[in-house]
Amino acid sequence: MSSYAQKKGFGATIWDYMTTVDHKKIAILYLISGGIFFLIGGVEALLIRIQLATAGSDFLSAGTYNEVLTMHGTTMIFLAAMPILLAFMNAIMPLQIGARDVAFPFLNSLGFWLFSFGGLFLNLSWFMGGAPDAGWTNYASLALASETHGIDFYSLGLTISGFGTLISGINFLVTIINMRAPGMTYMRMPLFTWTTFVASALILLAFPPLTVGVFFMVFDRMFGANFFEVTMGGNTIIWEHLFWIFGHPEVYILILPAFGIFSEIFSIFSRKRLFGYSALVFATILIGFLGFMVWAHHMFTVGLGPTANAIFALATMAIAVPTGVKIFNWLLTIWGGSISFTTPMMYAVGFIPSFVAGGVTGIMQAIAPLDYQLHDSYFIVAHFHYVIVGGVVLGILAATHLYWPKMFGTMLSEKLGKWTFWTFFIGFHLTFFIQHFLGLLGMPRRVYTFVGGQGWDLFNLISSIGAAFMAIGVIILLVNVVLTTIKNERVGNDPWGDGRTLEWSIPSPPPFYNFAQTPLVRGLDTYWIEKMEGNKEGMTYSEPIGDIHMPNGSIIPFFISFFMFVAAFGALYFPDGKPWALPVLIIGLALMFGCMVIRSLKDDHGFYVKKEDILKDLEGGKTDGRK
Amino acid sequence: MKSMSKGLKKWRLFALMSALLVFLAGCGREEISTLIPAGKVAQDQFNLLLLSTAVMTLVIVVVSIIYVLAIVKFRRSKVGEDMIPEQVEGSAKLEAIWTGIPIVLLLILAVPTVYSTFDLADVSSMDVQAEDGEGMTNVTVNVMANLYWWEFEYPEFGIVTSQELVVPVGERVYFNLAAADVKHSFWIPSIGGKLDTNTDNVNTFYLEFDRASSELEDGVFYGKCAELCGPSHALMDFKVKSLPADEFDQWVTAMQDEQAAPVEGEMAQAGQELFEQSCIACHATSGVGEGGKTSPNLATFGDRNRVAGYMEHTEENVKNWIEDPQKYKPGNIMPSGKELNGGEDFTEEELDALAAYLMGLSVEE
Repeated sequence: MSSYAQKKGFGATIWDYMTTVDHKKIAILYLISGGIFFLIGGVEALLIRIQLATAGSDFLSAGTYNEVLTMHGTTMIFLAAMPILLAFMNAIMPLQIGARDVAFPFLNSLGFWLFSFGGLFLNLSWFMGGAPDAGWTNYASLALASETHGIDFYSLGLTISGFGTLISGINFLVTIINMRAPGMTYMRMPLFTWTTFVASALILLAFPPLTVGVFFMVFDRMFGANFFEVTMGGNTIIWEHLFWIFGHPEVYILILPAFGIFSEIFSIFSRKRLFGYSALVFATILIGFLGFMVWAHHMFTVGLGPTANAIFALATMAIAVPTGVKIFNWLLTIWGGSISFTTPMMYAVGFIPSFVAGGVTGIMQAIAPLDYQLHDSYFIVAHFHYVIVGGVVLGILAATHLYWPKMFGTMLSEKLGKWTFWTFFIGFHLTFFIQHFLGLLGMPRRVYTFVGGQGWDLFNLISSIGAAFMAIGVIILLVNVVLTTIKNERVGNDPWGDGRTLEWSIPSPPPFYNFAQTPLVRGLDTYWIEKMEGNKEGMTYSEPIGDIHMPNGSIIPFFISFFMFVAAFGALYFPDGKPWALPVLIIGLALMFGCMVIRSLKDDHGFYVKKEDILKDLEGGKTDGRK
Repeated sequence: MKSMSKGLKKWRLFALMSALLVFLAGCGREEISTLIPAGKVAQDQFNLLLLSTAVMTLVIVVVSIIYVLAIVKFRRSKVGEDMIPEQVEGSAKLEAIWTGIPIVLLLILAVPTVYSTFDLADVSSMDVQAEDGEGMTNVTVNVMANLYWWEFEYPEFGIVTSQELVVPVGERVYFNLAAADVKHSFWIPSIGGKLDTNTDNVNTFYLEFDRASSELEDGVFYGKCAELCGPSHALMDFKVKSLPADEFDQWVTAMQDEQAAPVEGEMAQAGQELFEQSCIACHATSGVGEGGKTSPNLATFGDRNRVAGYMEHTEENVKNWIEDPQKYKPGNIMPSGKELNGGEDFTEEELDALAAYLMGLSVEE
């Protein structure tokens, strides 16, 4: 920590985090809240597997089960996977490009608070009359027929948190375009920065259709706008299009950063430059591009007709090519390297077969006529868990171990880390491999129970046992986090010893201004180049030590988000005819805009970190390489 | 033409035999498994499954070999702690290979995909008149999906049934699919893939049934709703009876008979009386009529394989259902027995009578 942040009391720490605009602290906020939602989504998953462990179980009622399955999907995608990835993007990407923060630190904070209030709003549905129950896809005819406020919680909650994600996406795009250190050309950017860049572009283009869709849904349910009401000339298929025009790129928003994380890991832990770096970059861009061309493969059975189905089938198959390119380049990266099987590397090595399995079943589903059988069966449940757990979640767990020292300055226990890996990995395959066969044997997805004797009993039980293993793995990880934090053994700049990119050239955690001197980037894997040349200075620098301009913290993002959250309750209860609903809606929005006005009118020029303070940090060994 | 269809038949027999083999290897129940196809559509899809599995196995084998060799050969413990590997940039030749070969593999999959997509959507012969001018060349069924039950209307014959689809073997059967309330999806796994029943439009496709369902252990194929449609989505099952052509014709004729069969037995007659007081407002007991009703037609109730689509076909279950339908299918629209009986629970005798009457409703021999 810098001399600016001495030991503080608990209240002061809370206030610090509520007002922070530091990308590293916002990353920690994302990691904690995303982690909590991941645990909630995990408990929901366990409830699902307990219910389906035996035929005809009445552990959960039919209605409750639908709420649990909807919230499991919604939570895991919007409130767990995305925020945790945003945590790593926030923590690492600015460091990788040699920046002192993101382009818009205030917006970064706003994005986080919008996401967390949106997530909170969504989850309050459990205590306020019922959670959403129409699946995370929220298909319109069922959603409009749903009687509780669950769907309203879904629509309004996703609207709020969606704004947050959109803001983060724009922020990262601008950051990567504008804030790269001298010499950091696009083709020298680390792969994780590249995938963050492409994923942010996808966020920018994919979230608006979702926002439009949920806004229509809000208007249909609040004011009877009839966008989706067939009897009034509306159309429910439009919802499916809007949802999947967002929903398919969303899959890539999740998996591309995971690809980036694994790219870093393969390279670090085999001590080798990424094989075919430019091919990997090009494949990333191509996947992002094609990701927008394939949404209707989620709708093969809707009845769009053979022409549409054939075109979308072929477009979907095309995505396999750049994805295959990535897999082979990773394999050739470790080929001829010096592989060290650390915990992150275990996840990366485990990822390859898991993701290949998820990929090939994806191709099978791209075959439209075959998909008529596989769609909405347990086969598809198996498939998307193979890509999302086998790709995204393994990526998140890998990144947790890889970047923990950079974020917190301590190393997670390798021993416990490997225990987590093995229990989680075995549990994952046990849970989901067998589900392919359940689907082929005719079991539809999203069923709250099944009648025994249809050939599904044993496989379901095996699947549930696997889920228990995954839960054990996550518990071991939590124990690991607690023990590591208690032990508090501080680590140096490059704790893995083989770091290649800029984030490993500065202390763990970095000082709040990141780089005392902005480095000069001399090639791909710039820190590795300096190391190999035996640079005692750590890096080559592009500027002398001088004053550093930094932004001030602000509580305004918290209040903008909070008032939007308050206004959402007004909107939610408005159709019930509650007299207080309209005032709450109007006052909430008015206060929200008020905060925006304050922000716009009040000049905030930030502050300077003085050269003397930086020199003091340097003497204390608290910044870049120089000791 | 003739020899071709004969060849096709032989091929189907072969397919049937291979399917049987697969079944013996333990691939689920023949009533519902997609791995034991019992019709052209499911067979085509199964063939695509085999083809794609073969291609994908090839990919997996190649990846696995490189993968295993890499993690075995290049462990740090093996190559030495201090070894700094050569920093290879890449290889244009290799990139070309692993771009090119997958494209070829995908083309192998793409051709049958496109062919089959159009083939399975071809409903051009659906409404073609038979040469003798009497009726159509093929059977058409209008399917209406309702919150947790299915209605099957045969427009050419002027009859309607529910919960159990009856179809002829060896003939193309066309389906018009729609939903009455929310979106559902119509799926008979061992006969062919699913198609959604939308609230917006009518979807059309065909299926073929190669086996008489009487050969199956349970006597029926299992049909499912495959789209989340509410609390009882999991229980929205239907059953399929595929009959040889002559039996199907008999069934149609029996259904068309407007003369209700006399109700036999004192108890059943008492049941009929009760039914006409409490149930007839919603449930028809004659197979003659049109689709689009609010409640299932009960003309074939006694012939059915299940109560409410999924429970064993016993009088006990019929009675339980009448007493409290919400308990067995949460969210369905049928009122409880108490509401139907003017605010009083049906007595045990009344339930017995109703069950006896319902179980006697039959059009089969």
